[in-house]
Amino acid sequence: MIYEVFRQERKGVAFEHAGSVAAPDEAFARAYAHEQYGRRGESVALWVVPRGSILEVEDFVDELNKNYHRVDGYSLKAKLKEARERAGVPAGGGNTR
Amino acid sequence: MNEQEFLEYVQAGGQVEVEDWMPDEYRAKLIKFIEMHGNSELMGVLPEREWILRAPTLQRKLALTAKVQDEVGHSQLIYRVVEDLGKPREQCLADLISGKAKFHNVFHYPTKTWGDVGVIAWLVDAAAIISQKALLKCSYAPYARIMKKICWEESFHILHGRDVILTLMNGTDEQRELVQEALDRWWGPLMQFHGNPIPAEDDPVVQWRIKTQGNEEARQQFLDGYVPQIWELGLTVPDPKLRKSDEGVWEYTEPDWDELKHVVTGHGPRTAERLEFRRISREETEWVRKVVLAEAA
Repeated sequence: MIYEVFRQERKGVAFEHAGSVAAPDEAFARAYAHEQYGRRGESVALWVVPRGSILEVEDFVDELNKNYHRVDGYSLKAKLKEARERAGVPAGGGNTR
Repeated sequence: MNEQEFLEYVQAGGQVEVEDWMPDEYRAKLIKFIEMHGNSELMGVLPEREWILRAPTLQRKLALTAKVQDEVGHSQLIYRVVEDLGKPREQCLADLISGKAKFHNVFHYPTKTWGDVGVIAWLVDAAAIISQKALLKCSYAPYARIMKKICWEESFHILHGRDVILTLMNGTDEQRELVQEALDRWWGPLMQFHGNPIPAEDDPVVQWRIKTQGNEEARQQFLDGYVPQIWELGLTVPDPKLRKSDEGVWEYTEPDWDELKHVVTGHGPRTAERLEFRRISREETEWVRKVVLAEAA
């Protein structure tokens, strides 16, 4: 059985995939993961997950091009320039009052 | 994705995961390259293992034992990656023992004195870490990820090796002589370590971005980093032609490529003995694997 190992370097940070171990059961998987990824105190916690239990999602097609929930959906530069011109503020900002 | 698109993808820095489609040739090259790395980690502990009982202090015995544990651990991680690519660990070990698979040239040589142990941990590991750091950007992501841990642990080994060397160099004339003799013995194999200077465009392993640096580039980096450290201790590098040119390129006597080929094809001074040791220990520990698997079942 293959177990994927995720390690947390210190409290509060995200778990990161480190590698995998092959083990006959959970007890061995824990022991192997501990030896491989925690022996020198380099991890504060490990997640050891049977590979088959990981649900993977990797299809992110955006057929409708819904750019309104992405950064590239908002090009403010030209609009800001126009708005500033109408307000009489020189490019580069500056308080007129 | 076809083969050409895949090639362009990895050449542009794209990375591949275990479940992704990959060309058969890429998979075959990966397996061969990574398996040789795994074999080298496993065989690399044998020259050092011989010195655990003879190490001069308890602290040194512990450090050496820890290094051996690290290297065996690396081989386990690496074989795990090979297994996911389709070649079982059992098969890797069988091919290693039968002499079909290769391992790095430096692990075919004897460890004559404690000076050799220091030179191995310092300079062989330094040469190895240069190759391994370049693998952090390998196109095969699971291999690149485990390399983080491996490089991190190798840095302890270099420290350990440097400490051994510095202690000897601060000792008696006899101890200093021990280091010089060891360096004389290891310099040839060290210069061969990174391989023939084949141009990157002719090296399929570089083309697939399995390795991200050419052989000569790695050797230059090694010389640049370590020759000054060797010199500052008053040691002599046994190569009268060694010098850094005005353009910043290291010049050296052509390494003995015939020796390299001869050694890695299974004809090194300790090849047969170490493979036999591997075979016997595999046989003797067979019952452990049986018990572990039976208990788990």
